[in-house]
Amino acid sequence: MIWLLTKTLRAITTLWLVVTFVFFVLRLSGDPTLVLLPDDIDEATRDFYRQLWGLDRPIMVQYWSYLGALLQGDFGISFRNNLDAFQLVWDRVPKTALLTGTALLISLAIGIPLGIIAALYRDSWIDRVVMAVSVFGFSMPNFFLGILLILVFSLNLRVLPSSGSGTWAHLIMPAATLGISFAAQFARYTRSSMIDVLNKSYMRTARSKGAGPLRRVNLHALPNAAIPVVTILGFKVGELLGGAVITETVFAWPGIGRLLTSSVAARDLAVVQCIMILLAFTMVVANMLTDLAYGWLDPRVRVGAKAGAR
Amino acid sequence: MSYLEATDLARSYQVGRAGFLRKPRSFFAVDGVTLTLNKGETLGIVGESGCGKSTLARLLLGLIPADRGVLTLQGQQTLGVSETEWRALRRRMQLVYQDAAGALDPRMSVRTQVEEPLHIHGLPLDGAERALQAVGLFGAMADRYPHELSGGQLQRVVIARALALEPEILVLDEPVSALDVSIQAQIVNLLMDLQRDFGLSYVFVSHDLSVVRHISNRVAVMYLGRIVEDAPRDQLFADPKHPYTRVLIDAAPKPDPSTRRAIRLEVGDPPNPADPPAGCGFHPRCPLAVDHCRKEAPELRRVAERRVACHLVSEPFG
Amino acid sequence: MGLTVNNLEVTIERRRGTAVRPVRGVSLRVEPGRTLALVGESGCGKSMSCLAIAGLLPRRARISAGSIEFEGADLATMPEAQAQKLRRRHVASVFQDATGGLNPVRSIGWQVAEAVRLREGATRAEADREAIRLLGRVGLPDPERRAREYPHQFSGGMNQRAMIALAVAGNPRVLIADEATTALDVTLQAQIIDLISDLRDSLGMAVLFVTHDLGLVAQSADDVAVMYAGRMAEIAPVARLFAAPRHPYTQGLLSALPGATGQSVRLTTIDGTVPPIDALPQGCAFAPRCGKASALCRDVDPTVHAGVACHHVLPAPVKTKRVFA
Repeated sequence: MIWLLTKTLRAITTLWLVVTFVFFVLRLSGDPTLVLLPDDIDEATRDFYRQLWGLDRPIMVQYWSYLGALLQGDFGISFRNNLDAFQLVWDRVPKTALLTGTALLISLAIGIPLGIIAALYRDSWIDRVVMAVSVFGFSMPNFFLGILLILVFSLNLRVLPSSGSGTWAHLIMPAATLGISFAAQFARYTRSSMIDVLNKSYMRTARSKGAGPLRRVNLHALPNAAIPVVTILGFKVGELLGGAVITETVFAWPGIGRLLTSSVAARDLAVVQCIMILLAFTMVVANMLTDLAYGWLDPRVRVGAKAGAR
Repeated sequence: MSYLEATDLARSYQVGRAGFLRKPRSFFAVDGVTLTLNKGETLGIVGESGCGKSTLARLLLGLIPADRGVLTLQGQQTLGVSETEWRALRRRMQLVYQDAAGALDPRMSVRTQVEEPLHIHGLPLDGAERALQAVGLFGAMADRYPHELSGGQLQRVVIARALALEPEILVLDEPVSALDVSIQAQIVNLLMDLQRDFGLSYVFVSHDLSVVRHISNRVAVMYLGRIVEDAPRDQLFADPKHPYTRVLIDAAPKPDPSTRRAIRLEVGDPPNPADPPAGCGFHPRCPLAVDHCRKEAPELRRVAERRVACHLVSEPFG
Repeated sequence: MGLTVNNLEVTIERRRGTAVRPVRGVSLRVEPGRTLALVGESGCGKSMSCLAIAGLLPRRARISAGSIEFEGADLATMPEAQAQKLRRRHVASVFQDATGGLNPVRSIGWQVAEAVRLREGATRAEADREAIRLLGRVGLPDPERRAREYPHQFSGGMNQRAMIALAVAGNPRVLIADEATTALDVTLQAQIIDLISDLRDSLGMAVLFVTHDLGLVAQSADDVAVMYAGRMAEIAPVARLFAAPRHPYTQGLLSALPGATGQSVRLTTIDGTVPPIDALPQGCAFAPRCGKASALCRDVDPTVHAGVACHHVLPAPVKTKRVFA
């Protein structure tokens, strides 16, 4: 119970820090009216909009009123089209969730089995091939891989659409672009974690019991090897969302990432802030889930050491 | 003619991390140890893992701060002294511990590592050569790197490094435990030669009763952070008074098939030092324990040349 | 019955095509109800011999010669699957690091029950019951509750008891204990040794006890095999070996023990160090450290005769009761 309380308090603190940081950085980065309004507009009109958006007040006053509104669930109004910022962002969530979710599934489905196989056949040609491919996979920048895929599959072969999100065919390239580098990383983490576990003496015990290879891997090695991989998975959620911003831009995928790039360019403060809070919230939740998974996987976390253990 | 004297030394450790709304528990690894080391003698300290013997070794050298207690070297306070005084004291007392390979830097030649403490204390470097020769590492051997040496040779290097500063006291923490029998004998002989040649005093910490019995003049037995018995070597082994000492001696495997234990040793598992029992720490495993033992911890009482902490052996001694 | 090893040789392939042989012609016999101690210093090949017998050799290591006869068949040459099946049923091992030898994410009960199921093919419920019975048998208090706990909740001694429970599940014929008590405190060590002897007697197991500790050998073994640099130096009943060691190496080992000479006197030492297995001398591997070494010793590696592999030991005049190789 105390655990949950500590975690929640920490999560709230993290969110508050993010809100504060984003708020001040955005305010200091320039006047939104300069970007949003035509260049030749007169100063009086600018002042009108500054007043309308509350930009004329002292920055601390703006900050407190923003925090107050946030606590009531009011994320503000988009400067560009006067829509509720949260609604604007929320409408895009399913698209990004679909993209990142698919990418994550792809990366896990490819990376983890490859890592296990590489570990089981370590130092053989299989291992070397998997590791070489994975170096290639994660050293390739996202945007470059995306453009490469578009060149091959859209422009040359003409089998997949290069942009948009209407059909399942639209999903393939963005998800692959985003997923491949993570697949490569998961393969490496899984491999090293597996090798570590395979060298443990309890694996020899399993062998001496007469457990077959499949049983040794599935029931003895994997539950242990999963523990560090899950930890990393929690960290990777942030990177995955970051990658989504770029991927969505390359493939014109109408998700949060693309909304973020355009809103930053337009200094649409309320929308940018709303997205940042949402991203931070997602990561905080991902971290809490990781901790929960950790406890579920590892009895050393779940049940503390009792008397007798030294 | 007590030389190094510890009075009521204690050191606690935390168990677990302090957290939000949670105070860490702590326990005493060394809990009020009083002992003396005389000049030129070897004091053996034995006990099972977790009894606090290694912590005590580090406390005696001032390598870790004590929670309480007094430590004097020839009447001079050694705890809570200034940095300069402490450095001077450090020269006179050195530590040798079990993991020789881990104690040496793999990228430095043996000679450089033995010279290092001389550098630190700003002393002439020829002391290193003398120390290397004293431990039997001659000529080109001293220019080798740790990976080129065997376990026994590495332990010699560690001893040479401690000797370079010409200390008066060596605290030896399991110095031969990791070595094979034939090498162990070489190092034990070396330590005894060095003691004779340089008039060194040893605190010899080990779990191995046979080695301690061989090398020590006096032996102190530790259990759960306290000394439970302390006696001249021959008295202790011939006539152990504390039930734990007796158990320890009985349990130690003797290399003589004709002395096989006829009865089974039923003393249970060692306790968790972080969660010691009330009263006498040994009572849950003691075959002789009475009610009194469960309530009150016995004090270490001196009788003739011996000290024992047991309610049952206080009166008619011997 | 029992298990007989003849001229066992283990080869480890190294990178760049070189190979070393940590075990070179080891012969021994373990019999039901008896304990054979295999002793020697680190690197003498005692553990590698055990792993070969138990079928647990590491990658790159293989049995390159010799036989391991068990139940009238040869484990070294029969098809791998068949050998594994026989070993699974009848040969069990206990190693030094019990806490590391148990899977940290599985409960103690699960791990013992798994051994029961693999050995005996019992149902899950039967295996669970048997696991609790075994945990009680090895002296774990409150086995029903303890079975649900994990290795990190146990002390080192309790974990070693659990490992023994796991090993004796399904009554194996041969128990290999490789430095099984080395990391334990003496009071625990004594209790674990007693437990193993107990189980050996009640289950009629043959015990192969590997250790570097001559004290433990004297206390627990019936017969002793001394190894040096991958070869057998001497093999004899325990009382005979300690009373009258015949190989110069055995003599050296015993006299190097503290307590062999008077207290505070210099210990007898064996000069030099064990040669590394990739740089063995020609002839008897012990010759460079041996006071008796002659030209013959430096030239010809002696074979075991009447329990001793030494050119300087005449064949024993008395007929020894147990004959090894």
